[in-house]
Amino acid sequence: MSHQAIDTEIHVALRGVTRVYPAHSGQGEVHALGPIDLNIRRGEFFGVVGPSGCGKSTLLETVAGLVRPTTGTATFEGREIGGAVPDGIGVVFQEDASFPWLTVEGNVAFGLRRAGVEAGEIARRVDGAIEFMGLSGFRRAYPSQLSGGMRQRVCIARTLVMRPRLILLDEPFGALDQQTRLLMGEELLRLWRDTGATVVLITHSLDEAAMLSDRVAVMSSRPGRFIATIETNWPRERDSRIVSEAAFGQLTSELWTLLRDESKKALT
Amino acid sequence: MKHPGWWRLAIVGGAVLALELACRGGIIDRVTMVPPSQMVVALVRMMIGTPWFWSDAGATFRNIGAAIVLSIVPGFLIGLMVHALPRLRAVLNPVLFSYYSVPTFVFYPLLIVIFGIGPASLIVMGAMFGIVAMISATLVSIDRIPRVYGKAARVMRLSPWQTALRVQLPAATPHLITGIKLAVAYSVIGVIAGEFIISTAGLGRRLTLSYNGFDTATMYGLMLLIFIAVAIVNTVLQGWETRVHRRWYRA
Repeated sequence: MSHQAIDTEIHVALRGVTRVYPAHSGQGEVHALGPIDLNIRRGEFFGVVGPSGCGKSTLLETVAGLVRPTTGTATFEGREIGGAVPDGIGVVFQEDASFPWLTVEGNVAFGLRRAGVEAGEIARRVDGAIEFMGLSGFRRAYPSQLSGGMRQRVCIARTLVMRPRLILLDEPFGALDQQTRLLMGEELLRLWRDTGATVVLITHSLDEAAMLSDRVAVMSSRPGRFIATIETNWPRERDSRIVSEAAFGQLTSELWTLLRDESKKALT
Repeated sequence: MKHPGWWRLAIVGGAVLALELACRGGIIDRVTMVPPSQMVVALVRMMIGTPWFWSDAGATFRNIGAAIVLSIVPGFLIGLMVHALPRLRAVLNPVLFSYYSVPTFVFYPLLIVIFGIGPASLIVMGAMFGIVAMISATLVSIDRIPRVYGKAARVMRLSPWQTALRVQLPAATPHLITGIKLAVAYSVIGVIAGEFIISTAGLGRRLTLSYNGFDTATMYGLMLLIFIAVAIVNTVLQGWETRVHRRWYRA
């Protein structure tokens, strides 16, 4: 297996990032995250696994610019991420974020229309994303007519049309069954290869992280810190069939060994 | 006759027919009630030959329209403001919950003192009755907007205005419709009942006059008109609600 060539340019960097939620309605302050130091390379598929409540989503929201770090700095393409989402970042959430009052087409075109992109260009990009995500037969359907997996495709297509250079995915397949997850994972790999975007995937599924990522970071229980980062050494051209390889089994068992104690801590 | 709509129609039709027969057969005397067919005749006669009809009906529907607008628009805006100020909401919550247990009509004499006998008192009465339903519905509708929509709006770099108009408003629509339906119903009740108590014009006043003058046919004709008008408005709003719900929750 040859290691893929990854551009060594740093796309996302975190330096000493922590997130502490202030005391609120009877609860003391919560140290949710960090300190975290991290370099994500341009074009890399970076997976993050960790026990429940370890601050994975907070990490992702910090990189997205949805929350500010309490201390430390986060940069995207060399510029510090403040309190707003920088241009070039797309996020797919675990919850269904498709808008029920719009058709599939309306949902996918939504961000482009608000950004004032010219109509012809919107049509071209929407067609492309709908085709890419296999939604061609559902253009005029409303989300309520689609399955959970299809709705998540709509959200991915809506992100894709904005042509993000960094795609952040917060357990996007968390609500889907195992078979659908594997197939959606393949589509994610295809999307990553075709767009050349950097992808950060937060997941609680070790299999998903192991199959999709170039590197997997393992987080500790709260406050979440990186306890290890593992290179998977998969080729860029890969799909769900790698789950049957011996190296895949070794990888997931290595991840589980690292996570087991942390997950126990999270349970108590 | 499988569709429930047909059953509904059959039950209503049967009840009207039974009433017609009961009135015509003398089981119900003519002073108490006229047969439904005569109600229709009385209404049509009023519409084509009675000088006061259109001016009074016009006054009532104008007042109702104004009361609806004054319930819905300020109700929505106040709802937004209360939602943005959690402390104010905590203070107002008991008032909002218990508002409809207070007989709002006890304030009607006060309104007459302030605004005089006329449209202004009636409109304020109707709006007072409807506005709290709209405020409550606005609060609920914003509470129910999934937080992820707000995050999605931020990721798509929408301005606060775009977020409000293109995401929050449509996301709040199903519950806002419920508020609008209630505000309309309460405004109608407020205006007609106000006219009933004391006013210078309007269908409610004509109802009182015909009732006091034993003009049973006119009274039932007017009741039928109000009933039909409310049914039409309700059908339109119900149709809107059904369309939205079908689109949102079809799965």
